[in-house]
Amino acid sequence: MTSPVETTALTKRYGHLAAVTGLDLTVRTGEVYGFLGPNGAGKTTTLRMLLGLIRPTSGTIRLFGASPGPHYLDRVGALIEGPAFYPYLSGHDNLRVLAAHAGAGPRRVATVLRIVDLADRAGDRYGTYSLGMKQRLGLAAALLKDPALLILDEPTNGLDPAGMADIRATIRRLADDGRTVLLSSHLLGEVQQICDRVGMISEGRLVAQLSVADLSSAGLRVIADPLPAARERVSAMIGADRVTEHGDALYLDTTDDMVPRINAELVHAGLAVRELHRCEPDLERTFLELTGGRGDSHAH
Amino acid sequence: MTPMRTDLVTNIRAELTKQRKRPAHWLLLAVAVLLTLTFAYLIPYLGLADTPEGVTNGRGIGALLPPAFVGNVIAGTPLFVGALAVIFGVLVAGSEYNWESWKTVLAQGPSRLTVLGAKMAVLVLGTLVLLGTLLAAGAAASALVGVLKDQPLDWPSVSAILLGAGGGWLITTMWAMLGVVLAIGFRGVALPIGLGLVWLLAVQNLLAVVAAPLLDWVADLQLGLPGPNAGSLVAALGAPPGTPGVDALTAAPQATLVIAAYLIGFAVLGAWLFRRRDIA
Repeated sequence: MTSPVETTALTKRYGHLAAVTGLDLTVRTGEVYGFLGPNGAGKTTTLRMLLGLIRPTSGTIRLFGASPGPHYLDRVGALIEGPAFYPYLSGHDNLRVLAAHAGAGPRRVATVLRIVDLADRAGDRYGTYSLGMKQRLGLAAALLKDPALLILDEPTNGLDPAGMADIRATIRRLADDGRTVLLSSHLLGEVQQICDRVGMISEGRLVAQLSVADLSSAGLRVIADPLPAARERVSAMIGADRVTEHGDALYLDTTDDMVPRINAELVHAGLAVRELHRCEPDLERTFLELTGGRGDSHAH
Repeated sequence: MTPMRTDLVTNIRAELTKQRKRPAHWLLLAVAVLLTLTFAYLIPYLGLADTPEGVTNGRGIGALLPPAFVGNVIAGTPLFVGALAVIFGVLVAGSEYNWESWKTVLAQGPSRLTVLGAKMAVLVLGTLVLLGTLLAAGAAASALVGVLKDQPLDWPSVSAILLGAGGGWLITTMWAMLGVVLAIGFRGVALPIGLGLVWLLAVQNLLAVVAAPLLDWVADLQLGLPGPNAGSLVAALGAPPGTPGVDALTAAPQATLVIAAYLIGFAVLGAWLFRRRDIA
């Protein structure tokens, strides 16, 4: 079966600046795939290339096995970099216009307005909508073709917590209906909440693809003085490749039965063990490790 | 989840809804009617009232009566109606950049050329509405003058009306298409409108009044520019001589061909630019 999204060595350069480099991305049918990276990492550029808005410098793109061309986006709905509509038209008229562009029937407009819970305000001018309503209208536009693949670029950007929760619940509901969702975000918690699998992009390169479930084996967090000596000891015990350091803590990829032995070893070596516990799934730490700490202040 | 088909007809329908409901377009139409009636009828009529019979503009009452209404109306197309048409073209294409709505439209799957083709089709319809409204307003004004001055209401032949309307429509559509090209080229509204108006209202006049009398090659160059050819065409179709922008520099067939070539050239250039450039 063909993947909803498959890119090979996808690259976009602007002069000497490489926005996206050699991206091999595969999104599987039915999953919610989180495309995670700090602002400016190349997420939006990638999504725009998928939709044919930007021409790749090199590499290939296939959506449901099809290369860009006629009917390439027939099974795809998208919301890219925030909603953009005609401010003098009502929400309903905006969707009617887009339905005509999409070749979708006008009856679909009422359906998608119901899905995003915007039917009551559909007659109001778009220019009068709150940001949350605009985002929901954007989502409604993405659903006009009843797409099998939804591409959503930071769909909760700029929303208040209630609005974020609302949009996330809607996305999860849409995914549960059997759609594949490719969701870009710089919000780690959001990706962790909604997604099944995560691709991490940094400086235009995909640095990791992993399942959110895998993160539960993130391991043990150790704070001890002095930290370098503690790192040396535990590296000798479990292997240096399973020990990473971030901030003032060590993170050990190990099993629960090792906890007492590690504690005893550190205490025996005369090190002050301040903290030693199994940590919760931590996308942030993984992300920062994989990107070399290049996340910006929005990555939280 | 069946694959959807998009085609030019549904895209034209979408574009018609967008443009029909846009208040700015109706404002432009109102301004065009107001300016045409003011400069083609009101001011000459007031001048007529203040001066001895037949002195006004060297044209007399006959210039305001129904037989001359087509020429009076299309006389504005090389200049101020043309300027409004450029603004119309820029708004139709350039606002999509300002509102960032290209991405919303293109994400629905239509090809770029289909979307732009629909826009151009609606643009052509829009200029037809503009010319039709101006002709209707001009006809009404000329009839009113005839009634007020107790003159016979002799209307031009249908063929003369259609010929004049066709010429005016061609010119107005050419200017509107220039607006589309500028909007696509500069990806917005403000700069394209500014540049379009500077060309139409300033540069063309400077070339005609300042440069052409001094330099032979500028005089020759003028024969291939859109403005002077528009002026020549409307002059041949009955626009009053002496009207700014109206001057019979070239013969009507040549003027028609040059304007049609510009119209097609602008459309092709716009499509080429739109197809190859990224939607950032």
